[in-house]
Amino acid sequence: MSNQDDTRQNPLERLLGPTAPEVGCDECFDRLDEFVELELADFDADAAVPGLRAHLEGCPACREEHDSLLALVAGG
Amino acid sequence: MGTAAVYPRVRMGETLPRSSEAWVAALRAEGAEREQALSDLYALLLRAARFELRRRRAALSHVRGEELEDIATQAADDALLAILAKLDQYRGASRFTTWAYKFALLEAGVKLRRRGWQGREVVLEPDAWSAFADRGASAQQTLERDELLRALAAAMDGVLTPHQRTVFVALALSQVPIDVLAERLQTTRGALYKTLHDARRKLRRELVAAGYLEDQPAKAGEDKR
Repeated sequence: MSNQDDTRQNPLERLLGPTAPEVGCDECFDRLDEFVELELADFDADAAVPGLRAHLEGCPACREEHDSLLALVAGG
Repeated sequence: MGTAAVYPRVRMGETLPRSSEAWVAALRAEGAEREQALSDLYALLLRAARFELRRRRAALSHVRGEELEDIATQAADDALLAILAKLDQYRGASRFTTWAYKFALLEAGVKLRRRGWQGREVVLEPDAWSAFADRGASAQQTLERDELLRALAAAMDGVLTPHQRTVFVALALSQVPIDVLAERLQTTRGALYKTLHDARRKLRRELVAAGYLEDQPAKAGEDKR
């Protein structure tokens, strides 16, 4: 991810979070299930839910929940 | 129709295959049909909560197994209540089970993060700069990093409100989990993230103006927050 590359180049980038427009935690939670199913179906989840991916880069708690839901649903 | 013929009992951890529409209908039904759906849903939520526990077990090695099981049970309890309260908000954008899982993962995640920070002090002053120490860095890289951090500290002093500074120090510098800080400051996760977002935007603008960061074209886009 470019964000990780940025972090290696400049520690400020991680502290300052994503530059792209992002949703907040509440909207992230509202649409996380839809986003994860689109990802698992290889649809363009980023186009369907703009701003959610950027939020995951900036919010560790939402990222953990996304990763867990993705793993749980993918595992059946 | 006899309920047992439609929803026969299953073992804990298993749920009957239902369509999303059937889940919602059963949870809105009355009597035995609803009781069976609640039982099945609870089993599903407990499975999700335990799944989350297993994912985080390495970070919780100091927590007893009994306590972890209690956390899973509480997470499933709270998730069930949340789902029943928000059932009308389910629009079918995903399968019902995926929608339900996220409530259990949220509850388990919040409880585990808070348990992991139980008894730990939340640092609200910027003495966490050592987190950026890089043992492999050259002298030149160390000098550059120190200059960046001094610039950041100056920007924090110059443009952030006291509350934005507190939130930025805790969440970004000290990496306190957002749920932990929300509990200690008696606010919500959404409100804290909004504050963090505003602080980050102010700091980025200041550091770009000072020449420490390049401007990002994406900033011109409409923010969805």
